[in-house]
Amino acid sequence: MGKLFDRLNSDVRFVEGINGCINCGTCTAICPAAEVYDYEPRTIANLVQMRDDNVIEELLKSDTIWYCGECMSCKTRCPRNNAPGLLIQALRGLSIETGLFVESEKGRQQLSLKRMLGNSILETGYCVHFDHTELSMFPELGPVWQWVRDNREKVLAKVGANYNGLGPGAMRKISKENLDELEKIFEVTGGMEWFEKIESDSARKAAEMGLEKGDATDKKSEYFTHVYKHNNAEKHRRK
Amino acid sequence: MKPEGKKRIWSEYQKDIADDKFYFVRSCIRQTFFPGSDTTFLKILREVLGKDVYENPDHTTCTGIGYHTEVVPFPTIQTVVARNFALMREKGYVNYTPSCVTSFGIYTEILETWHHFPEEKEKTRGYLKKATGREFEEPENLAHTSDVLYKFRNEIAAKAKYKLINKHTGKPLKVVDHIGCHYAKMFPSKGVGGAEYPQVLAGLVEAFGGEVIDYPERRHCCGFGFRQYFVQANRGYSISASKKKFESMEPFQPDFIITNCPGCNYFMDRWQYALGEMEGKTYGQNGEGIPVLTYEEVAGLVLGFDPWEMGMQMHQTDVEPLLRKMGVEYDPDKKYKGPNGEDLGKPMSPRFVKENA
Repeated sequence: MGKLFDRLNSDVRFVEGINGCINCGTCTAICPAAEVYDYEPRTIANLVQMRDDNVIEELLKSDTIWYCGECMSCKTRCPRNNAPGLLIQALRGLSIETGLFVESEKGRQQLSLKRMLGNSILETGYCVHFDHTELSMFPELGPVWQWVRDNREKVLAKVGANYNGLGPGAMRKISKENLDELEKIFEVTGGMEWFEKIESDSARKAAEMGLEKGDATDKKSEYFTHVYKHNNAEKHRRK
Repeated sequence: MKPEGKKRIWSEYQKDIADDKFYFVRSCIRQTFFPGSDTTFLKILREVLGKDVYENPDHTTCTGIGYHTEVVPFPTIQTVVARNFALMREKGYVNYTPSCVTSFGIYTEILETWHHFPEEKEKTRGYLKKATGREFEEPENLAHTSDVLYKFRNEIAAKAKYKLINKHTGKPLKVVDHIGCHYAKMFPSKGVGGAEYPQVLAGLVEAFGGEVIDYPERRHCCGFGFRQYFVQANRGYSISASKKKFESMEPFQPDFIITNCPGCNYFMDRWQYALGEMEGKTYGQNGEGIPVLTYEEVAGLVLGFDPWEMGMQMHQTDVEPLLRKMGVEYDPDKKYKGPNGEDLGKPMSPRFVKENA
């Protein structure tokens, strides 16, 4: 396992992300997450540079590290060229590796993201696919989108797309040979193991919470629906 | 003589953009929600400017959205990116041109990582060889598709049928430019004009006769935030950021918003609708929304392309107020027709944001 700090420090994004924070707070002033959540990127930078494993473990179990939107606005204006957003990426990675992500409400959302985006990458070759854009999941897509979905073949042809077709073009079908290569990359680089880790740690947590998890593709199970929709607004609100 | 002051600063943010022989790669979000913009980009490059643009159907997502939601680990995305680079070289191209800002940020970040940590590049080389048998080389030029249109802005302006001028008042249209965060906030030197004074869209707007609005929250994120949108429980983050921007730009009465990021275009278009439904609030003139256009659509309109063939009927926030201001000749009856003029019905109207006020 090694010390948590050492593991963080073996991630090049962590190394790039911190050059000695002077606690000026510029990142916090510019941060979109800090406007809506009880969150300060400055605090993240300050805490990790303490190199204290107990402090890092608390972060890995917390909601705090999941508040960031990874817009990287913090990187632009830091006078010391730190990037709290990169520190967050390294912390989130370690939270998944250690299984501690299931200990926080926001961390548990990882299961829904894996099933929506991760599965889509391997099934379609795209993170987001037209066929997965249901208004039941994304009501803000609006009535025009419903009309597009209802008339997809004709509307998409009119605007020059190649919806589920062979050859090049928008929304083309990605061939089995290419999907096989993508899957092989996931196997060789640890991407598949990452998916399995998210599923298995979530299964353990779902059992603990008494919620049915469903199989690895289920987007309607109790646990999926809970982590996708549940928001403890009082806890997360900016104080 | 060395340039001084603003000239010196500006010279640091000029980027090298290829002139021809582009290797075009798609964006998951752009091709899904604004597929006509991809079509328009290719039409402008190939038919108007006579450029060679190649699209290889074998390329896949860069997995960037998965990476930024911690669904895809770093070694995996580096290898997927390396595969996409390998496919380009196999076809004899060297100028990589992604239409996605998240992807552009990913490619930039990974190239910078390989530069600073050569061991990461070697590891990736090994993974790619083992998984696919392929070998890769870095692109000679990496430019976002908005960089490419920026480069050719004067050539496009020279062929313009319309200008960004209000035909009723004769004054320049007032335009909000919104740059996707991952275009230059991480690596300012990789974007035209950097992160604080980006020119990539402002230059386009000015070349076409419009006037750019400088409003307080011009640089604020649209609120995508990856997991902050995809997970329904977090969407308050996303809509709040867009709302902050709309409230900040509203007093300047923008005629339209132009974005260079597929996600930003989606959010600034859809959150206006959602804010209308939630709060009864609209941000445009006469109870309408503020039309949100892609840079390809803006260039296409200026060149006289048909708005419905560019897919502008797929926007939730109606674009017709802008078409009328520009004096674009278009047929409103064809808006919701199929490719052969067949009737496809009409979408339901939103409760609050007016259409054709």
